[in-house]
Amino acid sequence: MKANPRDVLTGVHYIDGDVAAGYGVLAAGCKFVAGYPITPSTEAAETFARVAPKGNAMFIQMEDELASISAVIGASFAGVKSMTITSGPGYTLMMEAIGFGAMLETPFVLLNIQRGGPSTGVPTKTGQADMMQSRWGSHGDYEIIAISPDSPQELFDYTIKAFNLAEMYRCPVMIMSDECVGHMTEKVVIPPAEEIELEPRRLYNGPPGEYLPFKPDGDFIPKMVKAGAGYNLYISGHVHDERGYPVTNEEFKSVYLRRLVDKIRRNKDKIIELKEENTDDAEVIVVSYGISSRVAVRGIEKAREKGIKIGNLRLVTVWPFPDEKIIDLAKTTKAFVVPEINYGQIAFEVERCCHGRANVVLVPHSGAGVHNPDDIYDAIVFAAKEKKKIEGIVEYKTKLEKLVFEGGFKLKE
Amino acid sequence: MAEIRFAGYGGQGIIKSGIIAGKAASIYDNKFSTMSQSFGPEARGGACSSQLVVSESKVLYPYVTKSDVLVAMSQEGYNKFESELSEEGILLIDEDLVKHKPPRGKIKIYSIPTTRFAEQLGRKIVSNVVMLGFFTAVTNIVSYEAMKKALPGSVPEKALDLNMKAFEKGYEYGKQKVKIK
Repeated sequence: MKANPRDVLTGVHYIDGDVAAGYGVLAAGCKFVAGYPITPSTEAAETFARVAPKGNAMFIQMEDELASISAVIGASFAGVKSMTITSGPGYTLMMEAIGFGAMLETPFVLLNIQRGGPSTGVPTKTGQADMMQSRWGSHGDYEIIAISPDSPQELFDYTIKAFNLAEMYRCPVMIMSDECVGHMTEKVVIPPAEEIELEPRRLYNGPPGEYLPFKPDGDFIPKMVKAGAGYNLYISGHVHDERGYPVTNEEFKSVYLRRLVDKIRRNKDKIIELKEENTDDAEVIVVSYGISSRVAVRGIEKAREKGIKIGNLRLVTVWPFPDEKIIDLAKTTKAFVVPEINYGQIAFEVERCCHGRANVVLVPHSGAGVHNPDDIYDAIVFAAKEKKKIEGIVEYKTKLEKLVFEGGFKLKE
Repeated sequence: MAEIRFAGYGGQGIIKSGIIAGKAASIYDNKFSTMSQSFGPEARGGACSSQLVVSESKVLYPYVTKSDVLVAMSQEGYNKFESELSEEGILLIDEDLVKHKPPRGKIKIYSIPTTRFAEQLGRKIVSNVVMLGFFTAVTNIVSYEAMKKALPGSVPEKALDLNMKAFEKGYEYGKQKVKIK
């Protein structure tokens, strides 16, 4: 299915990431956004609210984040593509309903423009510390998809892709961006509508009396109907049978949950998107995502100039995690360097997949800013020189941290 | 590649300057550019800055590390970002608002009374566009034609004529200054 020309602001724009995401939401055919605007994602919500009437779509500012995400799930079952837009504290408030949405196999998209945490943290500045929360934030076993764009253009492109993935796999899809990308202004090319491929809702069209809302198709994924269109639709957060009715026995739970996780796990190859450069014969590979992948480039270039064989692996898709890729690279490379704007989240995933075959060096950053590229370079040099296998993860101390720990550090106003 | 820092106080159109120059470079000069802005309480009345990286190829690292050009529209902006300017860099100042120290290394200083010119043109608010004209003439990072194309759509429709005049004023003044140097 092609995008509707009415929804696509075709042309060359010079806009920030938040605005690009807002345009992407409209182009993706989303008809309903409910949210509680929060810095630094506000401009994305504002942009969509401004252009929504053009696409016969709706933005509602709800009373809070709990209501926002619940409205999004309701709208999705009513048959329209829907999403919410938030950041740190709002994301936390949405966690319960995200699990509910995953349990009900609800296609929806959530845009998180990450800011410095924890709690209200640093509202106007960046962070990448919600990555694990996006995977494990709600209770119980479930799988989601998370994408991490690194430019305004990607915020447009991957917003559309996020909607497509949500429809394909009937699951919540998180766009885990950050304040730097959200508030970065660059050229964004929006193609004509006929060049934008959209995934339509996979609707059941058999006799109403025979519809079973959770009867999987051949590909693990049940067809949907529009609530209120004459089908019997019972949905509940309880483990349920194919009719949607609560079931408590072990066999049923096993069958249902297996499918809930396997519909993502068994399709990992189709879902995961990576950007890989010079990893084949690299002695050190930098693994990064979002804004950190652009900051890392400075360190990588400098290391290459110094003769270090350096590879670059950018995780466009962060969840499901590309285990197989890391397992594979760990067989040939000496070490991985993982810069991220947190005190270690994805670095531990990399370490898990290494099975001790390669060293893993975490370059942490507290947030409210990006890495000094020299810190990433220094960590690369350290990783390239280190001859012995180090058990566990190496947490690299940045220049700023060394200063703090070695004394003589004065806080600047 | 050129790294540019625009600095001033909130309300002077510092962010807008970055957007217009960046738009001109990446859309009308077919180069690549990334503009980032300081965000936060400081953007309301206090110190405010935007950073622009212009390059012939895709901008990977998007921030200013050593600026090639510092455009200072306030004393505070100059004080804060002077040390970031490269020793071969170019410093552009509003001469009525900024007092500068003797230049380090080979730094070239170009001064212009942007706010005064803007007031003479009728509205102080276009001082940033006077400065953009001056910036265009002095630095050659973004072409004159591209800047002229970037103005419509970036400024309010009804103020477009005034902005064009402001741009020309700064540009002409800049051309003169470059000739004298």
